[in-house]
Amino acid sequence: MGVLIFIESVEGSVKKSSLEAVSYGAELAKKLNTTSAAIAFGNTPAGELEKLGNQGAGKVLLIEDGKFSGITQAMASAVSQAMEKEGYDILILAKSSIGDAVGARVSAKINAGLASNVVALPEMSNGFTVKRSIYTGKAFALTEMTSAKKVITLKKNAFSITEGTGVATIEKFQPNISETDFAINVKNIEKTSGDVLLPEAEIVVSGGRGMKGPENWGILEDLAKALGAATACSKPVSDMDWRPHHEHVGQTGIKVSPNLYIALGISGAIQHLAGVNSSKVIVVINKDADAPFFKAADYGIIGDVFEVVPKLTEAIKKIK
Amino acid sequence: MKILVCITHVPDTTSKISFTDNNSKFNSAGVQYIIGPYDDYALARAIELKESSGGTVTVLNVGEAETEPTLRKALAIGADDAVRVNVFPSDSYYVAYQIAQYAKNENYDLILMGRESIDFNGGQVHGIVGEMLNMPSISPVMKLDFNGDTGTLAREIEGGKEFLEVKLPFIAGCQEPIAEWKIPSMRGIMSARTKPLKVIEPVQVEQLSKTISYEMPPAKGACKFVDPENVEELVRLLNQEAKVL
Repeated sequence: MGVLIFIESVEGSVKKSSLEAVSYGAELAKKLNTTSAAIAFGNTPAGELEKLGNQGAGKVLLIEDGKFSGITQAMASAVSQAMEKEGYDILILAKSSIGDAVGARVSAKINAGLASNVVALPEMSNGFTVKRSIYTGKAFALTEMTSAKKVITLKKNAFSITEGTGVATIEKFQPNISETDFAINVKNIEKTSGDVLLPEAEIVVSGGRGMKGPENWGILEDLAKALGAATACSKPVSDMDWRPHHEHVGQTGIKVSPNLYIALGISGAIQHLAGVNSSKVIVVINKDADAPFFKAADYGIIGDVFEVVPKLTEAIKKIK
Repeated sequence: MKILVCITHVPDTTSKISFTDNNSKFNSAGVQYIIGPYDDYALARAIELKESSGGTVTVLNVGEAETEPTLRKALAIGADDAVRVNVFPSDSYYVAYQIAQYAKNENYDLILMGRESIDFNGGQVHGIVGEMLNMPSISPVMKLDFNGDTGTLAREIEGGKEFLEVKLPFIAGCQEPIAEWKIPSMRGIMSARTKPLKVIEPVQVEQLSKTISYEMPPAKGACKFVDPENVEELVRLLNQEAKVL
């Protein structure tokens, strides 16, 4: 028994979603009367990893070798070796393209049941039942995990980060990985985002066709900057190449679940709502009072985005 | 190239989601089923690859008899033959196991599928199949080309794109803009009726999870409207009432 948590970092900082995963793993370990540890790859500074003690991790297994970066097949081999060697039966990961792939491969390696998009701690009075977000946020499933070993991927921003005090000890871990696990050859990485990663953002400002053209994105970016928010867009906007595809949120784009989602000039087609319906608070600004998005919103302004948004930006700057 | 495309049979993206039998079963009444949108991209790219450099495209679905119209549609779009593993797709591991068991003796060069299904959104079947077949798996792939037997791919990562190379055979979970969706032609629809659709029985394996029931999210309260001349009020509400600023 024991809970292992998979850590991802960006530019030397542990991702917010990984802090959520460590908090979840530590709480779960407490409920199971066991311990939790984290596993991290690459060059995240030791001080940053020690701080995972604040979220309840007793120790961090660190694999320093840089060649694992992005190679999920090799990462999965390393994680399953760590689980076997140190006796961990449950693996917790934050949902991401890396976390999904590592979790999937570990599940096949160790015959563990797999539950994705989990939003809460398991119910354990009778078995081990997790609540998962399904149908792109339109419903939940209660799924019983019957295998002894388990892999759980968490939906982002569903579980809050605990802030205790503790210092995790760091232990170097050296897995034994075969060359065939390094079949993928990463040639180049192109960074395209602004300052805030969209899937990790606490606030998202998103624009639709009502923005009338890519040349008008300045007012949206100013608002995002004032809020420390990530920028996003609707599918028609990315289809028309006003904005890059990686900003498209919706059914077939990125699914976001920030604390605050502000939609500017987006009518709110059901496919768009599917990508944002897990947001905690939704603000809609649209001049069309009949826009369906208002039905899914917490707060709304019926008005012209080109008049309202600059005023809103100024009002926010005053309180920040 | 011998290509396998795994497709899901899922409710149309505009479907209203509800459950029956005391919230234990999906309510399919009035629901239109489609090829999963991401799987549709995978299928379209597979057909393009076949058209440009030859080979075959097989489509596979793990599902019961009601999924056959979805497989026929994939044949109409241009797949050569179809396989249905005759069992309810109960979880990612189980589905991946059935795919791997079928594929392991067929020597596919390339296995494509969508980045995730739009019903359970797991996004993990490609990785599990990859592990079971001991092949690399890459997802979400937005560009897929070949230079001999080496694939050149672009993968979407958080905040950017990753360009990579990998030798066949491998598995890719696909998303736009890898290809444009294809609409079946009349000729395609006619020929799909006579293309082979093989039904095989599942291979026994232990179930590792079981969905017991479903829940709907709590209903949203009514939208609070703020006067466009008074944006300070919106800021106040977000700050003091919603506490998100």
